[in-house]
Amino acid sequence: MSVATTANYLNAEKGIKSWLFTLDHKRIGLMYLFAVMTSFFLGGVFALLIRLELLHPGQDFFTADTYNQLFTLHGAVMIFLFIIPAIPAALGNFVLPLMLGAKDVAFPRLNLASFYIYVVGALFALYSIVAGAVDTGWTFYTPYSTTTSTSVISMTMGAFILGFSSIFTGVNFIATIHKMRAPGMTWFKMPLMVWALYATSIIQVLATPVLGITLLLLVIERTVGIGIFDPAMGGDPVLFQHFFWFYSHPAVYIMVLPGMGIISELVATFSKKKIFGYKLIAYSSLGIALISFLVWGHHMFTSGQSEFSSMVFSFLTFFVGIPSGIKMFNWLATMYKGRITFEAPMLYTIAFMFLFAIGGFTGIMLGAISIDIHMHDTYFVVAHFHYTMMGGTVIAFLGGLHYWWPKIWGRMYNEKLAKVAWAFIFVGFNVTFFTQFFLGSQGMPRRYYNYLDQYQPLHMYSTYGSWMLGVGFLIMAYYLIYSIYKGPKAPNNPWGALSMEWQTTSPPIQHNFEDQPVLEHEPYDYDTRMVVNDELIKKEDVKEKEDINV
Amino acid sequence: MEQAEKHPSYLQHHFADMAQQTDAAKLGMWVFLVTEVLLFGGLFGFYTFFRAWYPEMFMEAHKYLDVTMGTTNTFVLITSSLTMALAIRAMQLGKKKQTIAYLAGTLFFAAVFLVIKYFEYSHKFHMGMLPGKFYTFEGIQAANPHIFFSVYFTMTGLHGIHVIIGMIIITWVMIRTMRDEFSPEYYNPIELTGLYWHLVDLIWIFLFPLLYLIG
Repeated sequence: MSVATTANYLNAEKGIKSWLFTLDHKRIGLMYLFAVMTSFFLGGVFALLIRLELLHPGQDFFTADTYNQLFTLHGAVMIFLFIIPAIPAALGNFVLPLMLGAKDVAFPRLNLASFYIYVVGALFALYSIVAGAVDTGWTFYTPYSTTTSTSVISMTMGAFILGFSSIFTGVNFIATIHKMRAPGMTWFKMPLMVWALYATSIIQVLATPVLGITLLLLVIERTVGIGIFDPAMGGDPVLFQHFFWFYSHPAVYIMVLPGMGIISELVATFSKKKIFGYKLIAYSSLGIALISFLVWGHHMFTSGQSEFSSMVFSFLTFFVGIPSGIKMFNWLATMYKGRITFEAPMLYTIAFMFLFAIGGFTGIMLGAISIDIHMHDTYFVVAHFHYTMMGGTVIAFLGGLHYWWPKIWGRMYNEKLAKVAWAFIFVGFNVTFFTQFFLGSQGMPRRYYNYLDQYQPLHMYSTYGSWMLGVGFLIMAYYLIYSIYKGPKAPNNPWGALSMEWQTTSPPIQHNFEDQPVLEHEPYDYDTRMVVNDELIKKEDVKEKEDINV
Repeated sequence: MEQAEKHPSYLQHHFADMAQQTDAAKLGMWVFLVTEVLLFGGLFGFYTFFRAWYPEMFMEAHKYLDVTMGTTNTFVLITSSLTMALAIRAMQLGKKKQTIAYLAGTLFFAAVFLVIKYFEYSHKFHMGMLPGKFYTFEGIQAANPHIFFSVYFTMTGLHGIHVIIGMIIITWVMIRTMRDEFSPEYYNPIELTGLYWHLVDLIWIFLFPLLYLIG
């Protein structure tokens, strides 16, 4: 069967308008994908420039001020424009209705609106680059953010607007998951990716408004001088930190939870084994969402908050390790005695488990007050953060991108090149960031363009690692874009997965499914079902045939 | 024929039936209202901190708010919530003219609220009771009185913006009612507008005692 001749969502309607005004979740997902990848490229270039400056001590390429702007832009672009929308709004938008057996998300117009709000927010953020880029760091701490001459207002307004986009996606997904599931799909028969997106949406909906009001107050403080963050006027700058982290700590779980959802899908598919501990993985997503709201104070151990609250926050922080650990052990148990194959998505899955374990353990270390007092604002924190966010979320995102790529485009990418790119990214990542654990423990503070000579070797390795990462991403960009035009046609179910998105064509038709699909088996029934040449068969049928043959 | 009955024009293609569409829309609205509560929750948080830090100043400064105007506005908003609810009821019964009248009533009370608010604001401006660094009033002895007015103007200001947004949405559903888009079978947009409007009302119910009736 030739894919190109059949009507699908990519060729059903033509012309730029059919994209710009589309209400199809798949097309909106793709537009999001294009936008977040552009942001990722931009943020990546900023990162490479930062590492370039740090290759040698002293001022080489950028002045101290430019360097401050670079790391702020790297952080703000990567967080607000890339990593928060990357999995839910881009990949999630595409796969969620397909996984539920629905024709679309509950509110298609809201979905398109969220994309355009994202674009407007991004324009604000980009404008701030032209109009004297922000140099506060992505955290916009007062009092510096209320006094610096750089364009804090346009960047924070950008983040405020992007928050609305995020909230709309969250509202949409919650309603979709509640009301649009295929007949027969009860809550505990949903794919775990859907559970992860559900937990993510809850955090998006509950935490983002608080960041919104905080950033709005920061803007008002800067323009009107209401004084609530200014100690000279009876305000308190630490109050800003509390409100900022009340959102921004849950926000890191907005970033990582959907990544964990992807890993749950991938580990079962490529081990061809029923997922171990389905309910525990599902509940642990909600557990992480709940605990994430109670730990923000661990960002503020050195801010002057009371010792008692530091103790409580430290204690609560350790609890996050439990649901994360539950997931990790369940994934490992799923692999145990599975029939594991090592296609690119599985390689990313394994990389995720390895890197996120390091990121998680160092997180527990930093949650301990006595260690954190020493490590605070050093490269140790930077390394920990990147192990969870890049080693966790970005790696999971890449795994999901490769996994659903054939479904999105109806084309296969080059598996060999994908493995090469994976190797560059995995090794490059570790060289870049593992060195930073050492730098941090030796006292290298973050956010400085200059450093003492003794740190030079490690900084050098870190910069070399960043180049390896860059090469890996270039290779990936090449073979992914190439595959869209020239890749071999993808079968409907190239990985032999059992969840619903693989039961339709690749790429899917405009309304996703020919008929309303009905759930006939659970998403991880690999013990009773298998897929041979796009066809789903029961294992017992195969056995019967074999018995007859014998 | 049966197909046409099953898929009326207001049923979007991706829903199986009206019940699913209505339920999804209502759930979506409630979730959105939760985000609104948290948005204002942040401000109530700020209020709590500053009132705990400066109890005497809050006590003294709040006396400069006009309780009569505040009370009037409370009644005006509650009445507007009533007319909003009556508008929904009228459409349930298929009474188009009544629906339009009640929606117009809601708009009228919302406008009255804003007019009263305007007089309150301009009086404060005139007296120099402005937020933060623009504060020039000298009648309050306690420390940092400008903080009270920062909190007052931010909270009532954001609430006022919500009133204006609500008026725009009410106008929009009113026009749609005039165009005969709603019926006893399909009046969900009016109902959702009502949910939003009641929340705007409810926030004021909390703002009023916390700002005007301290002590």
